[in-house]
Order: sequence, then structure tokens, then C-alpha cells
Amino acid sequence: MSEIDNNQSGDTRRDFLKKTSLFTALSLTPLTVLKAADNKVDERFAELFEKIPLNLKVNNKAYSLKVEPRVTLLDLLREELDLTGTKKGCDHGQCGACTVHVDGARVNSCLSLAVMNEGKSVTTIEGLAKGEELHPMQAAFIKHDGFQCGYCTPGQIMSAVACVREGHANSKEEIREYMSGNICRCGAYPNIVDAIQEVKEKGTAI
Amino acid sequence: MINFQFLRTSIVKTALSLVAKDPKATFIAGGTNLVDLMKRGVTAPEKLIDINQLPLKQIELKNNILHIGAMVSNSALAENAIVKEKFPLLMLALQSGASAQLRNVATVGGNMMQRTRCGYFYDTTMPCNKRQPGSGCGAIGGYNRMHAIFGTSESCIAVHPSDMCVGLVALDAQVVIAGAKGERKINFIDFHRLAGTTPEKDNNIQKGELIVRLEIPVNNLNKNFHYQKVRDRSSYAFALISVAAALELKDDVISTVRLAMGGVAHKPWRLVAAENFLKGKAATLANFEAAAKIAMEGAKAFGENDFKLKMAPNTIIEALTVAKAKA
Repeated sequence: MSEIDNNQSGDTRRDFLKKTSLFTALSLTPLTVLKAADNKVDERFAELFEKIPLNLKVNNKAYSLKVEPRVTLLDLLREELDLTGTKKGCDHGQCGACTVHVDGARVNSCLSLAVMNEGKSVTTIEGLAKGEELHPMQAAFIKHDGFQCGYCTPGQIMSAVACVREGHANSKEEIREYMSGNICRCGAYPNIVDAIQEVKEKGTAI
Repeated sequence: MINFQFLRTSIVKTALSLVAKDPKATFIAGGTNLVDLMKRGVTAPEKLIDINQLPLKQIELKNNILHIGAMVSNSALAENAIVKEKFPLLMLALQSGASAQLRNVATVGGNMMQRTRCGYFYDTTMPCNKRQPGSGCGAIGGYNRMHAIFGTSESCIAVHPSDMCVGLVALDAQVVIAGAKGERKINFIDFHRLAGTTPEKDNNIQKGELIVRLEIPVNNLNKNFHYQKVRDRSSYAFALISVAAALELKDDVISTVRLAMGGVAHKPWRLVAAENFLKGKAATLANFEAAAKIAMEGAKAFGENDFKLKMAPNTIIEALTVAKAKA
């Protein structure tokens, strides 16, 4: 249970499980968790196994999933949906390698709990190209050599597309400021800025 | 990350009661700080109440007071037309914080509630009175380059990391807080606390209370203003020193002045004595220098952050100079 829209009872299905079905949970519980129970490490086992329903779209494909609350959007994409184009860099919101679009806005998927994205539409690097035709930003990154090792590139490109769409790509200075959430340890910054500036100046809708 | 229970509600009252009755429950808004703290084991709430569906996303001007819902994102606030026109100082402060990705998710309320970025607070193998009261302060006598020079105590010298809050304290904002007994309103300057002997408390909000909105009175400080932030790289870094400055000038005489500093204290640091000095005086470099000197009275550094004793007054003078020149 993850929705509560009245305050008559704070009881959730989870609370109900805790109160009534402890034995059922125990009977299905692996030995390691039973040991933890003996040590009173956690009285919440019913919850540990409970996954929460999650409906979201990724690259225009609808998914109905069940996920643990602690799973980040980044881990959901990579580990559950096999969309490994989105990269895990720092995993703490400091590098931008995990940047995706949620309802059109660029976000760090490593700091977003997957369950907080109920009903939302996510776009990853896999969702940019149209079949074999690269997105103009992808093509510009290749043309301007906007990468070396390529690890930060999916995040750079997702951020770059948003930067242009937001209207924050009007000068090299503005691009640098609004791309500062994406770190490139190879130092391809001048070429990344050139790629973004070219896409912006061409003026095609992206 | 240790697993937790997750609940979602679109009703403020429900959210309040869920957290009030459960000591291990906490609100999650954007989560850009909380999720990181949970990953690192700095905090481990057993229950998260997702408040992203609460109807607290409006920005409205009513009777010359700007009302900002607590769930407005930092980027939405910075891009808002009223904010750009009437409170450009706030816009600058917002734009200088974090990255575009983080500002899209981080909320106004969450920005106020974010924890310090002191390395000892984040490192669970180190002593920290804020994370674990009584364990000591690693930063005093340790790595304290980023740390406070004002209002410090023997138990904590951490700084509040927000830029937005420095702008808000300068603009005389008020914070509206909802709780079981209804709403209460406090001045922004009284929201955050000094560390004192209870560094675990960052602010004066009580368990089970929730920030629901901010209110900022319209002013004439939208012409001569500046937010000067000094940091280790030119973007996407926390402030070493930041200064919010706004002037209302009549023939180069200062009729109103607001000054606040970030990166120097456990709370956004309003420079009241320096403001009082400047009011009614000519907007000259000499007066700016004198005000900066007054602002620095009582400052105390801890070794690695000694440079802030020079950087802070210089940044105040720079912010005032740029603000004056804007006309």
C-alpha cells in the first residue's frame, strides 16, 4: 500500500501484514533473515519483501513494475529494465553521468527513488535516436569530438538536449554555467560546448 | 541503503499526522539531499512520507506579498516571471546553487531543510556532534577549510550550505509552518539555529511540522542588487563565501540596505550592524569598506579557514560595489 488519501486510519496494508501475517512471512523467510529476527535486528520483515507497484513510461514504453522503495531510478533503469546507456558515475548527484529526463526535465536519476516517479514519463539516452538516425545532439557530439572515454557522454547529451530546450544555450558562458552539473574527467568541455552551440544555432527543433 | 516503508499522500493533514505519530518517519520532497544521506548511512528513516503530491506548488502575488508554495522547485522559482521582475536577488541566489539537474528536483522547503556538507557529518567513521551528539567535533582542529567563522560553538563549526536561504534572509521572508494545531508563521531569520550545545538541531521546526509556504513582502530592492558567490570552481560548488546585497538609492544616498552572507555560519548570516551603519549614508567605497569592517566584528577562524577573515569583507565590498553600479 502506498497511497493514503484519507486520514481516518493510518493503517496501511503493510501495517496489516505486520499485525496479522507475521507467521506467513516467517514461513517464507530465508534463514539469514530469521537469524536477524532472533537478534531483533528488524521487526519489519513483512516490509522487507514488499515491493510497491510502479507504473511509468520509459522511452514511450509503458511498464507496470513492482519495486522496493529503496531502488533508485538509476538502478531500476540499469538493473531491471536493462537500459544500461544511463551511467552510474558517483551515485551521489555530483557528476551528472546518470542524467535522464523525467516529464521533460533533466534530473539525476541516482538521487531519485524509483517509486517517486509513479505515472511519469522517463527518457534515457536510448530514447533519443529515431531508429538508426541519430538525434542531432548525438551527431554533433560525434562531429565535434565531444568525448574521449565516453562514460559521461550519455549524461552530457541528455543534459545538453535539456539545456537547449530550456533556452539556456545562448552563449558559450551560459552553456558552461548550465552544463556545470555534468563532469567530464577527460576534459572534453570545449568540444562539448561547441557541439551544443552548433545544435542551438542551427535552430532545428530537438 | 537500508530499506524503509514508503507512503504517498496528496493531503497535507494526512502527511502531518503520519510523521507526527511515528518517531522514525520523515517527509521526502525532492530527496536530492535525503537520498544521498540515506545512501551514506548518515540517516536511516524507517518510513518515508512522499509529499510530492501535496498542493503546495503555487507562486502567487497577493496584496503585495509573494506566496511561494514549499513544493515549488528551485528552477521553477528562479524562472518565475514575478521573481525575475520583483525579486531578482532571489533569482541570482537560486541560480548560483547546485546544478540545473538538482534545481529541477530540489524544492524550496527541501532547500531550507538540507543538512550541512561538513565532511565529518557525512563520514560515519568520524566524530560529529551533529550526526551523533556527544561524539565530538572532527572539524575543530581538523579539516575546516569550508567551515564557519561566525556564531560557532565548541560543539560544531559547520555551515548551512544554501544559497537560496541567503537571498531569502536578506529579503525579510517569512516561513509558514503547518502542524497539528494549524499554521504558524516565523521570520526567516529565526528559522535556522546556531549550533550552540544542540548542533543536531539545524532549525526551529518541530517533529511533525511541515513548511507549507514562504511569504516575501514586495520591496524596492530590484534595481541595485547582487549575489556574489566565491567558490573553488566557477559553478556547481558550495560557497566559500557568498554575499547577498541590495540597496535602495536616492541620489546615491542609501535609504534601504540588505546584506546577508553564506558559507560563514550555521545559519544564513544577516549583517544587521553593517546595514545600520550604511543606512542614510552615501554609497561610497569608503562606506562599503567601513561596513565590511563592522560586519566582521566577532569573526573567529579555525586554521584552514583563516582566509575567510579576508575573503568575507572583500566579498561584501564587491557585492555592494556591483549592486551600486547596476543602476
